Amino acid sequence: MTTTTPPVAAGAQETSGRPTRAARVRKRLNTHTATMVAIVIAVVWTIPTFGLLVSSFRPENQIKTTGWWTFFRDPEFTLQNYQEVLFGQSASSGQLASYFVNSLVITLPAVLFPLAFAALAAYALAWINFRGRDWVYIAIFALQIVPLQMALVPLLSFFSRGVSLGGITLMPAWNLDGAQNFAQVWFAHTCFALPFAVYLLHNFISQLPKDLMEAARVDGATHPKIFRTIVLPLVAPALAAFGIFQFLWVWNDLLVGLIFAGGSDVTAPLTVRLAELAGTRGNEWQRLTAGAFVSIVVPLIVFLSLQRYFVRGLLAGSVKG
Amino acid sequence: MDFDFAEQAPKLMMLLWGLVAFAVVVGGLLVLLDAVPAFFARRREARFVAASASGAPLPGGRPRSREGLFATFFLLPTVVLLLIGLVVPALRTTLLSFMDGGSQNFVGLDNYRWMFADDSIVRVLLNTLVWVTLVPLVATSIGLIYAVLVDKARLEAVAKSLIFMPMAISFVGASIIWKFVYAFRSEEQEQIGLLNQIVVSLGGEPRQWLLDSPLNTLLLIVIMVWIQAGFAMVVLSAAIKAIPADIVEAARLDGVSPWQMFWQITLPSIRPALIVVVVTISIATLKVFDIVRTSTNGNYDTSVIANEMYNQAFRYGQNGQGSALAVFLFVLVIPIVIFQIRNLRQQRREG
Repeated sequence: MTTTTPPVAAGAQETSGRPTRAARVRKRLNTHTATMVAIVIAVVWTIPTFGLLVSSFRPENQIKTTGWWTFFRDPEFTLQNYQEVLFGQSASSGQLASYFVNSLVITLPAVLFPLAFAALAAYALAWINFRGRDWVYIAIFALQIVPLQMALVPLLSFFSRGVSLGGITLMPAWNLDGAQNFAQVWFAHTCFALPFAVYLLHNFISQLPKDLMEAARVDGATHPKIFRTIVLPLVAPALAAFGIFQFLWVWNDLLVGLIFAGGSDVTAPLTVRLAELAGTRGNEWQRLTAGAFVSIVVPLIVFLSLQRYFVRGLLAGSVKG
Repeated sequence: MDFDFAEQAPKLMMLLWGLVAFAVVVGGLLVLLDAVPAFFARRREARFVAASASGAPLPGGRPRSREGLFATFFLLPTVVLLLIGLVVPALRTTLLSFMDGGSQNFVGLDNYRWMFADDSIVRVLLNTLVWVTLVPLVATSIGLIYAVLVDKARLEAVAKSLIFMPMAISFVGASIIWKFVYAFRSEEQEQIGLLNQIVVSLGGEPRQWLLDSPLNTLLLIVIMVWIQAGFAMVVLSAAIKAIPADIVEAARLDGVSPWQMFWQITLPSIRPALIVVVVTISIATLKVFDIVRTSTNGNYDTSVIANEMYNQAFRYGQNGQGSALAVFLFVLVIPIVIFQIRNLRQQRREG
């Protein structure tokens, strides 16, 4: 994708006494090559998205017959694609508005539950003294490396058939119907998110000053009180970091949605519908371009407005399992 | 604008239920933990007062077990969910991988033998190998080059956002974006895909990129690299900025060229971050599913383990073979993690 050019820090300074003329020329050349390479990478990274965005506003017959770059010669702008893909009534049109609601309904609890449970667990692992604490932490930490593929088949049967051992039903099937299926998607997302969430939040919570905790204990504050009034406000940035992570993860997830939400417009998230459209209507670019943007726009807004927290979380956590 | 709000009502009701459940579970847990110990403390105090009044021996307190009680409740939701949702299923999957498609009879190692004997599955394993070699290598290199290039440049923040942005886009969205780049129309028509347009304007013939093995696997890998390079860039950029300024300054005073600076100062200093990036991207790549499924559905020799696992278990109803693939995926992750842990240990010894 890129040529191998000497990676030279742009604006690097030559300080070895008086630079010769040749050295100065070479340095300027280096800086120029560096800038050029950076610009080439930036362009290659941006153009595909840009092309899709432009296309999504072009009329169907134009998208299908001419390249999006001709738009600037002959601009013709329409919102028809979005109207069609969001609200169209025919089965082939997308009906993405409904899937958009599903994605929202899936995402909110699937972010809140692991966030709260992991914060509680991380606090206990960092600040409550009990026997076997280190082992519990190591076990949860190690679970990060289990790929979620390892859990899919049994978890699905857990929901649909319940658990029985030797003919005795220990746990009945959930027997969910219609919109109730959201519950199993929340459940699955929460379970899969917990190891990483506990790890990330533990990193932050265990770094809080020890004196602060001890002072609170001496004052007679109980653990729930310390957790609520001292820890939560102090680790708010970490909570935000994990919240954004989990939001992007759940909103963008395909596999869990595909397996636990089914394919109907009652529960399936946007990604499932889009993947289906890309498979069955791969040449209906007027729908795919607009549809892709409908799904991209929410995470993009979240991402751009909260990028700072996201980066902080990235740097604090390492391996998402 | 026909949008039936009534149709959405049950979903929003369900969301409301979910949020209520959240408030009840989490709030309830905290209130319970607050109220119950307070109640016992009052009772103990009462007993204490009664005991001291009657001159009987004072009842001893057991603060340590109280700590254990708190810990249990704080950890309860997480531990229970992890057991039900991850630990038990993972053990069960391992068990299922030794059973037949309907999970009725034990078949020993048959599923694993099938994995290495069936040509199409061997192809899948090879594809995964290509993915997991190329993606971390290329994505990390590009991320590193870019991080070095834009470091302290003008508009650094904007330049970084451009590369970082694909991280916010779903794999499905990214696949559609790139499928559009790879779009094909026959030679006599005008091209709509950027790649074919470039080929045509250079005098070549348009091609059906995604049908063409093994090139199509490489083109799918481009999508993953496109997403992951931003991650590599951000982490490495932070590592570069953390290099102590005096080291850089000293090297400069010694008259080190930028090229030497990169190899002798920058690269060794950011080695730990590099390893984290490579490991993280490798693990993410091993599990890649969405890109293959959205772009080609695994056809035309592009399938990878995660995609094949989904097909076997959830489309063909072959639970045994699907589980065996999942277990194999897990086995592949382990050496990467061990490598990571050994590196961390080494760093700690050196630091």
